[in-house]
Amino acid sequence: MGGQGTLAIEARGLVKTYEEVRALDGVDLAVPAGTVLGLLGPNGAGKTTAVRILATVLNADGGEARVLGIDVAAHPDVVRARIGLAGQFAAVDGNLTGRENLILIGALTHLPRKEIRPRADELLERFDLADAADRTARTYSGGMRRRLDLAAALVHRPPVLFLDEPTTGLDPQSRNDLWDVVRGLVADGTTVLLTTQYLEEADLLADRIVVIDRGTVLVEGTSAELKRRLGATVVELSMPDEGQAAAAVGVLEGLDIGAVTREGVGVRLSASDGTRALVATVRALDGAGLEPATAAVREPSLDDVFLTLTGRHAHQEGAEAGDAREEAVR
Amino acid sequence: MTTDAIAAAQVHGPSALALGARDVAYMTWRNLLTIRRLPQLLVFATIQPLLFVLMFRYVFGGSIQIPGVDYVNYLMPGIFAQVVAFGAIQTAVGLAEDRNKGLVERLRSLPMARYAVLAGRTLADLVRNVFVVLLMLGVGFAVGFRVQTDAAKLLLGMGVLLLFGYSLSWIFAFVGLSVPNAETAQAAAFPIMLPLVFASSAFVSTANMPDWLAAFAEHQPVTAAVDAMRSLVLGGPWGENVLKSLAWTGGILAVFVPLSVKRYRAGAAG
Repeated sequence: MGGQGTLAIEARGLVKTYEEVRALDGVDLAVPAGTVLGLLGPNGAGKTTAVRILATVLNADGGEARVLGIDVAAHPDVVRARIGLAGQFAAVDGNLTGRENLILIGALTHLPRKEIRPRADELLERFDLADAADRTARTYSGGMRRRLDLAAALVHRPPVLFLDEPTTGLDPQSRNDLWDVVRGLVADGTTVLLTTQYLEEADLLADRIVVIDRGTVLVEGTSAELKRRLGATVVELSMPDEGQAAAAVGVLEGLDIGAVTREGVGVRLSASDGTRALVATVRALDGAGLEPATAAVREPSLDDVFLTLTGRHAHQEGAEAGDAREEAVR
Repeated sequence: MTTDAIAAAQVHGPSALALGARDVAYMTWRNLLTIRRLPQLLVFATIQPLLFVLMFRYVFGGSIQIPGVDYVNYLMPGIFAQVVAFGAIQTAVGLAEDRNKGLVERLRSLPMARYAVLAGRTLADLVRNVFVVLLMLGVGFAVGFRVQTDAAKLLLGMGVLLLFGYSLSWIFAFVGLSVPNAETAQAAAFPIMLPLVFASSAFVSTANMPDWLAAFAEHQPVTAAVDAMRSLVLGGPWGENVLKSLAWTGGILAVFVPLSVKRYRAGAAG
C-alpha cells in the first residue's frame, strides 16, 4: 500500500536537538506494512523522541518522516487519522470512567456519532475492562490503565500503531497479556512501532529490531541476525581475583567462540550456544589452571547487547541526562 | 493511495467547522465531568469568595464609607468580579495538569481541531463561573444585598462579568501552556491576579488611593468590569462603563486567543 512501496513507517535522517544536545542524530527507520519494528535502547537513547516525531506531536529539526507514505510535517491531520499512540505514561484521564475515556477519544477521532458507544463497548469487552467500564480510571490497576490506554489508541482502528514502552513498570502477568494483545493486532494487519528497554520484549514481538543509543542507530536486523552477531546466550563467570579474571579473558578469547568482556572479577562471554560455550569455557580454564568462583549461563539483556556493541553499559550518566531532557520537553 | 488519502482528508472542508465544534463540545463535556468528579474543587472555589463576603461585609465593612451607598450593595459587584477573576486561574491549573499527565500529548496525536483543547477548557471554566457567581448572588441576597435597578440590568451585568472572566481564562490558558506544572501555574497566577483584583474598585473607592496607584486602578480591566456591574445594579448611567468593560474583554480575547493557540501548536506539526 502507499506510494512508497510497502513501507508503513519511514524516517530518513531524523534530527532533533534539545539545547545543543542531539536527542536524535540522523536516525533512519523503515517499517514494512503489517510488521513490527522494535526500537530498543536505554533511557534517553532517543526512542521517545523518534516516536513523538512520527506521531506528529513534535517537529523534527531535520530529516523526513512518512507514515503510509504521507509526510508527517506537511499533512499532520491526515497522518493523525491513521495512527494510534499509546505510551509508558498511560495518558488516560483518571477522572473519567473507562467508557468515558473511550467515548471521548472516539469523538475526537471523528468516528460517526452512532458508532462511538458501540466501539467503546466493544473495546472494553476485548480488553477485559467491561466490569470496570463505569469506574473512574483513577481506581484502575497499572495493568488496567495500560490496557485502557491501548484501547484508546485503537478506537478509530488505526492501521499504524506506536507503542512507547508499553510494558515498562508492569508485572509479568500484565506484560504477557499486553504482548498477546499486540500479537493479535499484528495478526489483523496492524503495523507496529514499539519502543522498549527489554531485549526479551523486542525478541518476542518484533520482526526487526533497531538498537539506538544517543540518538544514533547502533545496529539493525532481525532477532535471529542480532543473535548471530551478538550471541544468543551469555556465559557469566566470577573469578577469585582480578589477575585470574584477566588471565581468563585471554584464555576465552583464544577459544574464539564469542565476544569477551571483563569488569573487575566478572568475565562474560556472548556466544551462540550457551551450553557448549559453558563446557568449552570450563575445560579451557581448567586446562589453564584457572577455577571460576561461579559460572552461569543466561539470556542476554539489553545491557549485554550494549557491552558487546559499545563496551559500556546501557545505563550511564549521559543516558540519564538525555532522559531528563526528554522528560523536560514533554 | 497517498495523494488520494490527502485529497480525501481535505474534502471534509465544509464540515471542518462542524467537526471543530463537536471537538469543542466533547472537550467541554470532559472538563465538566472532571469538575463533577472532583467536587472539592468547586467547594474551594466557593469558600474563598464566601469568606471575602463575610469579611468585607461584617469585619471591614463598618469602617469603609462609600458616600451615598449601602456598603453591601457596593461590595457585591466587586465580589462577583473577584469570583470570575480568581476562577480564571483554574484554567491555567487544569491545563498544566493535563499536560503533566500526558493527556495533552495524546490529544495532540488526534485529528481533532487544534483550538478545541483550549476552547473546551475555557468554556468549561465559564460554566463553572456561572455556577459560582449564581451561588454568590444567593449569598449576597442573604447578607443584605439588594439590586437597586431591575432584573434585566442585573442579568446584563452578570453577562458582562462572565464574559470578562472568559477573556481572563484565555490569558491563563497561555500561562498554563507556558509553565511546567500546576503548582507553578498557581504560583505564577497570583502575582498577576492579586494586584488586578485589589488595586481596583472591587472593594474600595479608587478616590482614596495615592495618585500613582489610582492611576493604575482606574485604567485596568477589573475596575472596568466592576464599574460596569456596579452602575447596572446601583443605578445611574451605565452604557459607557459597559462598553469600556466589553472593550477590555474584546481586546484581551483578540490578543490571547491567537497567542494561546499558537503556543499550543508550538513545537508540534501544525
